[in-house]
Amino acid sequence: MTSASTPSRKDDPANLTSEIQSETRIVVANQWQLIWWKFRKHRLAMFAGLVTLLLYAVALFAEFIAPYAPGTYSAAHTFLPPQTIHLFQNTADGWRFYPHVYGHKVQVDPESFKRTYVVDEATAYPIGLFVRGEEYQLWGLFTLDLHLVGAVQHGDPVHLIGADRLGRDVLSRTIYGTRVSMSVGLVGVGLSLLLGVILGGISGYYGGPIDNLIQRTIEILRSLPTIPLWMGLSAAIPLTWPPVRVYFAITVLLSLIGWTTLAREVRGRFLSLKTEDFVIAARLDGLRELPIILRHMVPSMTSHIIASVTLAIPGMILAETALSFLGIGLRPPVVSWGVLLQEAQNVRSIATAPWLLFPGLAVVASVLALNFLGDGLRDAADPYQT
Amino acid sequence: MIWYIARRIIYLIPTLLVVSIIAFAVIQLPPGDFLASLISKAEETIDQAQVDALRERYGLDEPIYMQYWKWISGIITKGDFGDSFEWNRPVSELIWERLGLTMVISLFTLAFVWIVAIPIGIYSAVKKYTIGDYLVTIIGFIGLAIPNFLLALVLMYIAFRYFGQSVGGLFSPDYIQAPWSLERVLDLLSHLWLPVIILGTAGTAALIRVMRANLLDELSKLYVDAARARGLSELKLLFKYPVRVALNPLVSAVAWIFPALVSGSAITSIVLNLQTTGPLLYRSLQAQDMYLAGSLILLVSILTIIGTLVSDILLAWIDPRIQLQ
Repeated sequence: MTSASTPSRKDDPANLTSEIQSETRIVVANQWQLIWWKFRKHRLAMFAGLVTLLLYAVALFAEFIAPYAPGTYSAAHTFLPPQTIHLFQNTADGWRFYPHVYGHKVQVDPESFKRTYVVDEATAYPIGLFVRGEEYQLWGLFTLDLHLVGAVQHGDPVHLIGADRLGRDVLSRTIYGTRVSMSVGLVGVGLSLLLGVILGGISGYYGGPIDNLIQRTIEILRSLPTIPLWMGLSAAIPLTWPPVRVYFAITVLLSLIGWTTLAREVRGRFLSLKTEDFVIAARLDGLRELPIILRHMVPSMTSHIIASVTLAIPGMILAETALSFLGIGLRPPVVSWGVLLQEAQNVRSIATAPWLLFPGLAVVASVLALNFLGDGLRDAADPYQT
Repeated sequence: MIWYIARRIIYLIPTLLVVSIIAFAVIQLPPGDFLASLISKAEETIDQAQVDALRERYGLDEPIYMQYWKWISGIITKGDFGDSFEWNRPVSELIWERLGLTMVISLFTLAFVWIVAIPIGIYSAVKKYTIGDYLVTIIGFIGLAIPNFLLALVLMYIAFRYFGQSVGGLFSPDYIQAPWSLERVLDLLSHLWLPVIILGTAGTAALIRVMRANLLDELSKLYVDAARARGLSELKLLFKYPVRVALNPLVSAVAWIFPALVSGSAITSIVLNLQTTGPLLYRSLQAQDMYLAGSLILLVSILTIIGTLVSDILLAWIDPRIQLQ
């Protein structure tokens, strides 16, 4: 890490002092400041970090952001296609700013009785930000009816990404799905981290036969094809279990295999730190093992662990999506991206309503964001390396 | 080399043991013993003698380790995987062709991944920080982020919408039931490209990144400069040393790509309706046809483990230093 600004004229005293200042700033900065400075330079990772924050914010405030509740259905709007937002309206006295969507008329084919929607430009439903709509309970605490986007008039059918086979709003359901899908990753990684740090730590710190045993176990687990195994295990979750218990069972299943990557990372760190001078010095000072590990070794590998954890979340999200998509993970009425994609399981349903793949976009966006973020964190995790 | 292979094979034994225990656990997981579910599902009543015979055969009255022993020794000595209750046939009759097709798809995909990833990885490393490199990196990241089944759905939709054909399956309708012949093999090959692309995308994306990183490490080494200073042509220089060294970690990458392929093919096959182990496993799990499900998990796992073993041996052959570790 060199100073950010190299002065053009070395003899300029003002430049020189600023250089010295920035250098002392680096010398006295602590590890986390250095990591932050290095991470900040990585534009893509910064952007990915913002997207990730946004996704978790969506998960947190799903009720407020979604125009409808996930279960609100309307038989009159089954498979309603996405509505285009029009910002301006042409009236008698010229164009005016009037965000709206057009309504739809149903046409029934007299022969096949197939229903098709035709855009009806005569009816325009105004839409807006911060509108009053359905009542909801935010976090089960406050009863509110304010929504970030939606129809200005409560009750107008506004489905920006279309509706599914029961006339439920795809956008709202995807927003609610964020909550489960993004948190499955967090909870699963939390469990993996616990297992990974304990087992990887033991393995790397003690070495010898224990290390060998744990390493062989990891090798065995990693050579297994995960999805068939997950399928087998999750199919055994009783259908009578309440959704919350299924949710935890799935995360436990995912982390049973997911911990191996983290354990390897932790072990590698332990092995390389064990022979560092400061650890040997602490041991010579007569410090016991636990304080050495907790006070001296763990802090210096926290940043690496955070990076690995971030990189492990997308795998969990993908796995949950895949299992739920097959119908052996989470099940309705739970709303997760995988559960939503179940509606788009075959070509026929996608051909009728391609917008049902929208939750897939959310999956891709979140996985990409977390991958880029993790990559940036990994690069920044070792700020002393250039 | 022989010693190395022998050691790897000895290491295999505990792995196989663990895998078989996991597969057996999957068989045991559903509540109640499977005879109860068999009786409840059967259309006509099953007479007591038959139930007793089954009970005896699977050792259901005996402790769990004896049941395991009966099951595993039957597989090893007689190739008897138990019966599928949904199909009313021995499991061993149902699985071999599907297992073979799974293998074929995985191997083709592996070849595809290598053929595509290595040249692109080399290009991306040599032309570091050019538009081409960024393009490859971005496409690679997106390839990693799209779940297999989503890619399958989108490609199927595109094929349906814009080419008016429904893709999927591994054979044309005429050949599904036909016995193996040259025409059937050709028909299989003509259907194989779609699953291979779908399955290969994530692996290709990952391998491009591995290849790029490895080669970049090598290119900055002094021997490259030395060779260049001696006037070796760029192309010869590149392929003679750094690429060869950079390929080593790539071979070991096969060890984790192979399980991922077999694993990913399970879901993709369900979406595309391929006659591989994936859909069979899925259906057997839904019907709680546990002997079929357990056997499939066992065999697919063994398949992956053998794949991993082969890649380990390959790696030791390419880089003899590994044998010494």
